[in-house]
Amino acid sequence: MVAKRIIPCLDIRHGRVVKGVNFEGIQDVDDPVALARFYNESGADELVFYDITASVEGRGLFTDVLERVASEVFIPLTVGGSINTLDDFDRVLKCGADKVSVNSGAIKNPALIGEAAKRYGDQCVVLSMDVKRVDGKFTVFTAGGRVNTGIDALDWAVRGEAAGAGELVLNSIDTDGVKKGFDIEMLSAFAERLSIPIIASGGAGCMEDFKTLFETVPKVDAGLAASIFHFKTVNIKDLKNYLIDNNIEMRKI
Amino acid sequence: MIAIINYGVGNLFSLSGSLKRLGIESVITADENIIRNADRIILPGVGAFGDAAEKLRKTGLDRVIIDEAKKGKPLMGICLGMQMLFEKSYEYGDHEGLGLIPGNVKPMKPLLDGKLKVPHIGWNSLQIKDKNDPLLKYIEDGDYVYYVHSFYATDCDNWTSSVSEYGITVTGSVRNGNVWGTQFHPEKSGEKGLLILKAFSEI
Repeated sequence: MVAKRIIPCLDIRHGRVVKGVNFEGIQDVDDPVALARFYNESGADELVFYDITASVEGRGLFTDVLERVASEVFIPLTVGGSINTLDDFDRVLKCGADKVSVNSGAIKNPALIGEAAKRYGDQCVVLSMDVKRVDGKFTVFTAGGRVNTGIDALDWAVRGEAAGAGELVLNSIDTDGVKKGFDIEMLSAFAERLSIPIIASGGAGCMEDFKTLFETVPKVDAGLAASIFHFKTVNIKDLKNYLIDNNIEMRKI
Repeated sequence: MIAIINYGVGNLFSLSGSLKRLGIESVITADENIIRNADRIILPGVGAFGDAAEKLRKTGLDRVIIDEAKKGKPLMGICLGMQMLFEKSYEYGDHEGLGLIPGNVKPMKPLLDGKLKVPHIGWNSLQIKDKNDPLLKYIEDGDYVYYVHSFYATDCDNWTSSVSEYGITVTGSVRNGNVWGTQFHPEKSGEKGLLILKAFSEI
């Protein structure tokens, strides 16, 4: 059967990897190509790249990075950030992305999900959402968690699936950067409503958090994290061996 | 030199990058002479069967591939490229394939009973059926490879060299003489995938 996936996420700004804690206080981490190579060798099952630069110049640097990574690292690559149109899909797919993640671009234009799924296939379209509890209700936020869209997150995910999204990245703003574990309550609520694979994001602080994730919410397919991998708090190879020892199906390296 | 057939489908960065990493010379091409002069051919492909088969026919590359395969040149199809090696596909209609391996391509969805998701996407483990297949000489039972597909090859048991389980038994790789195919993507399957491409270059 299909193995659970461990996915490091690389936020790219001006051609470099950065990671903010609670989306603020960005620190420079590493060269993206070197880091991608390192993760590939440690057994990462997929890599996610988010372009967090807004400038045209930054975008050019980003696609250069993507081309270099795709020519050197032979595992699936998902790309997100500034994906607003089919041309944006085209641009990153031509540089070596396998899947494209849409977030606020799909909120501005919900038809984008269906159009992209029709042109490139469901497997290519990943709906990514930043979700926070507002008065006890899961609500979609944008702009790195600063803007409350007022959209009900569960409804939005269900609509995204129906439109043709092949996967969902669910990032809990409530647990992001806190390192006390994934947002199990939020993930369970989404898993009940969806049949597409769910990638859990936000909150991983140690290896046990991934075990709890996969054991408590079996419908979650993957765990995504950034800083614990970038700062070597958790080594992916050790993490996968630990999960295999705990009877969770993982690709062995 | 391996000719990677370019007929305008999918990105070929990872495939040509994989071969480069292995130190194997390759060229992405749609030129008949280059394909005829190559030692080996890879037929890649993502997207819909009907469109891809049509593109191959329109460019006349279908004849070139069939000719070269019949002369004994090693040919490997990947993903949709593998599916096109078969006789027929039932992906949204009936489509003729290249007919180099007996069998058909059919949708997985009706067989999965709504229990499993389609596309079958992710890392799945291989069970080797033909231990003598030179393409799999570096691969062991239980090694993981990367799949992305909604249709699968069937009626091809005699030619199947490895399978994966996903509600049904999914054809992982096939061989008919000098013609090979993998449903999974070796160029996205990490080190194991590189070893499959290496094995192909050594055939």
